[in-house]
Amino acid sequence: MQILKLGGKTLGFMKLRKFAMTVSTLLILASFVSFFTKGLNFGLDFTGGTAVEVGFTEAPDLKQVRDAITESGFEDFSVQLFGSSKEILVRLAPQGAGVKAEVIGNQIITALQKIEPTVEMRRIEFVGPSVGEDLKEQGGLAMLTALICILIYVAFRFEWRFAVGAVSALLHDVIITLGLFSVLGLEFDLTILAAILAVIGYSLNDTIVVSDRIRENFRKVRVDDTIEIIDISLTQTLNRTLVTSITTILVLIALFVWGGQTIHGFATALLFGVFIGTYSSVYVASAVAIAMGVSKEDLIPEVIEKEGADLDPMP
Amino acid sequence: MLNKFPLWKYLLVLVVLVVGILYASPNLYGRDPAIQVSGTKGTDADLSVLDKVNATLKEHNVTVKSSKLEDGQILVRFKNVEDQLKAQDLLRDSLSEDYISAINMAPAQPEWLKSLGGNPMKLGLDLSGGVHFTMEIDMATAVDTQLEQMEQDFKSDLREEKLRYRTIRRVANSERLRVEMRNEEDKSAAERFLSTRYPLNVYVDDSSSDNAFYVSMSEQKLKEIRDYAIKQNETIIRNRINQIGVAEPNVQRQGAERIIVQLPGVQDTARAKEILGATATLEFREVDENADASAALQGRLPPGTEMIMAREGYPVVLKQRIILEGSHITGAQSGTDEYQRPQVSITLDSKGGAKMNAFTKRAIGKRMATVFIEYKPSGKTDENGKALPPIKVEEVINVATIQARLDRSFRITGIDNPAEAHNLSLLLRAGALVAPIQIVEERTVGPSLGQENIEAGMTAVVLGFVFVLVFMLVYYKGFGMVANLALGANLVLIVGVMSLIPGAALTLPGIAGIVLTVGMAVDANVLIFERIREELADGRSPQQAVHFGYDSAFSTIFDANITTLIAAVILFAVGTGPIAGFAVTLAIGIITSMFTAIVGTRAVINLFIGGKRIEKLSI
Repeated sequence: MQILKLGGKTLGFMKLRKFAMTVSTLLILASFVSFFTKGLNFGLDFTGGTAVEVGFTEAPDLKQVRDAITESGFEDFSVQLFGSSKEILVRLAPQGAGVKAEVIGNQIITALQKIEPTVEMRRIEFVGPSVGEDLKEQGGLAMLTALICILIYVAFRFEWRFAVGAVSALLHDVIITLGLFSVLGLEFDLTILAAILAVIGYSLNDTIVVSDRIRENFRKVRVDDTIEIIDISLTQTLNRTLVTSITTILVLIALFVWGGQTIHGFATALLFGVFIGTYSSVYVASAVAIAMGVSKEDLIPEVIEKEGADLDPMP
Repeated sequence: MLNKFPLWKYLLVLVVLVVGILYASPNLYGRDPAIQVSGTKGTDADLSVLDKVNATLKEHNVTVKSSKLEDGQILVRFKNVEDQLKAQDLLRDSLSEDYISAINMAPAQPEWLKSLGGNPMKLGLDLSGGVHFTMEIDMATAVDTQLEQMEQDFKSDLREEKLRYRTIRRVANSERLRVEMRNEEDKSAAERFLSTRYPLNVYVDDSSSDNAFYVSMSEQKLKEIRDYAIKQNETIIRNRINQIGVAEPNVQRQGAERIIVQLPGVQDTARAKEILGATATLEFREVDENADASAALQGRLPPGTEMIMAREGYPVVLKQRIILEGSHITGAQSGTDEYQRPQVSITLDSKGGAKMNAFTKRAIGKRMATVFIEYKPSGKTDENGKALPPIKVEEVINVATIQARLDRSFRITGIDNPAEAHNLSLLLRAGALVAPIQIVEERTVGPSLGQENIEAGMTAVVLGFVFVLVFMLVYYKGFGMVANLALGANLVLIVGVMSLIPGAALTLPGIAGIVLTVGMAVDANVLIFERIREELADGRSPQQAVHFGYDSAFSTIFDANITTLIAAVILFAVGTGPIAGFAVTLAIGIITSMFTAIVGTRAVINLFIGGKRIEKLSI
């Protein structure tokens, strides 16, 4: 069985590269517009504050819940259902100094016990402002370090034009995934950051497989036209690209549907990221390499074949 | 000969698989909610304690699964968490304070597995339920305390050296002292003297005056102070955790000013916070015998003294100089003396012992007060909206007459009743903190949510796994079957490796990492199989196609996986808790999947087709 039976035909991917570039550019612009107008909906991890998740034995009246919390002297909080009608999530913005912030969680629970004495504490999260700042800084740093390390590795293993192509594809994926979170107003917390780093790993995996094949075909295929060689390589790897994307998306759907509320955002970011990553490894990485002027001559003189042989101790 | 492995390669695959299965297997037995009873003061629990535990639980109709004495500890297993928590309350009341009962999730694997070092994976707090605190140390206060101490030391040292100072005071809003002497000659003498005695300070002349100079602490000294503050807080937190009763607490430093405390299974977070959050320090001070208490109440104090109220409500006039800080206390026990009167015995570290010895040499018959200092939130902010440092509340908790020259261990007698002695000993132990500490992050997961997370995670893993298995089987037929075997082996290996690494804990994002690995692990096989198909299409024989397929796909697989590994390593380096859990499973999954997908599948395929005449491949 095969997803696409091409019978040796080459698909003209690169004919569409101008169109694809336009679409990508528009998406990136839209993402930036959204960052500047709507911004990202940063979660508790980055803003600081308190979140309390409680479980009632039967669906509570949300107004009653709000009143109980107001009565305990809190302002600036939100109450929402979380997963089912019996579970609610109370969020509080960071409180002014002087409030013993670390006990707010327990005070909320005490307040809700007035509605139902057996209300069950499911989760308390409190992040102090200094910790939130640090996490933000660390998160940004992680993303940058990852991109730089990968750039170095790819530049070392491939021609620099491919490296630029690969990293452009990564930035493309990260920006558009963040853009989606901004446009939809989905909460951006630490797990989402982890998901985006995983997307970077995945997208790069894809890009490298394609670049590897282009490099190989530059040496092997007797065609001078760069664009044709890239089309041949993309066609050859297309089945693999699709199969891997399908298996990955299958497991992510399992995670999205059955993985529980806590991991929902994480699965969303990955699902979307894998989708966009698959597209970018076909269009963005190769198109950028072409735009940078990659050609057969750049790769032929180097005796790269040896490299593969060295690294091949396994059968 | 194409596609034949030497025997050792088959054996390698087999051995890795068997070891993987062996160390993954403890996870099948799960864990029992349990209570662990152990002695607090180096005493072992014995059979009489075991009898008492059993009797107490039986009396209150708590069902016990098993109870046994092992290595001086008692381990009681229960059928469910409710029984476990009920039992902890009962045992806390019925056992003497020499024993603590800690909640624990005891692995239930058979003895032979345990003796081979086989243990189930540790569960992160989001799965086991429990509390995670990040605590931050107030370093400004640590430095302040040290400056105050320095000021007092300078005054007494210069007096002893007969160098007459005019003023020694703290420069407002800076971490410096200004020492002003009577004349220039004394100034240079004092500067020389102090800089030899305290070489870790920086001495700078005051350009506006000939008789004065500034003293500040060197970077090295500040670093020492900070290091000490964090180490001490860490030790004290470890001790306090005993009062909470958790068998497997995790206390570790994070960065320069923070300590992470993880308490699996704890549900009463309010109580845990009270115990951990009590920020207090302690000082021993000399009572000024000549001062008039009623004058002091009106604010007339002899120079160099201050007035602090005693817990019982009367004023005590104390000399400002601190004899000893609570940080030198290494132990405090309540008990009774030879006349059966309540007392508290105190032990100090060697530096503290020396200080105490030097002071009491010339102070027999004088009185020494124990001052307990707590830090409470000030409730005020500065113009930038940042919280001002907490307010210092001081209280005299004990005044005792020095009967003899004291040393590293001494006792306070003449305490009214045993309860007060016990209280005093607790305060002495808790009050040894050099710098106050505050909870800046909390993540608590209730046990039911933890259980739900486990179930949801497992469902996602199983379903994701099944989806991929079905897809691969349909798409690649015989070879797909082989890839599926590799995928199964990969799961077993991930679990086995996770169980073997002592620091690794499974978290919900960690489970997501496993799910993701399942999806991505087949990629290596997809690459190989697609290559084989291409080789077949190019007209190679099946045997050659398999051979070249594996060979030419290798470097691509390697490159592609290394980059994901880079992302995982960076995640691990910067992430904590759940994120690190995700990075760990992702990294382990990448490495094990390379092995199973490249070496493992090749072994199976070689075993079937190697050296045979094959007309057609099932791919």
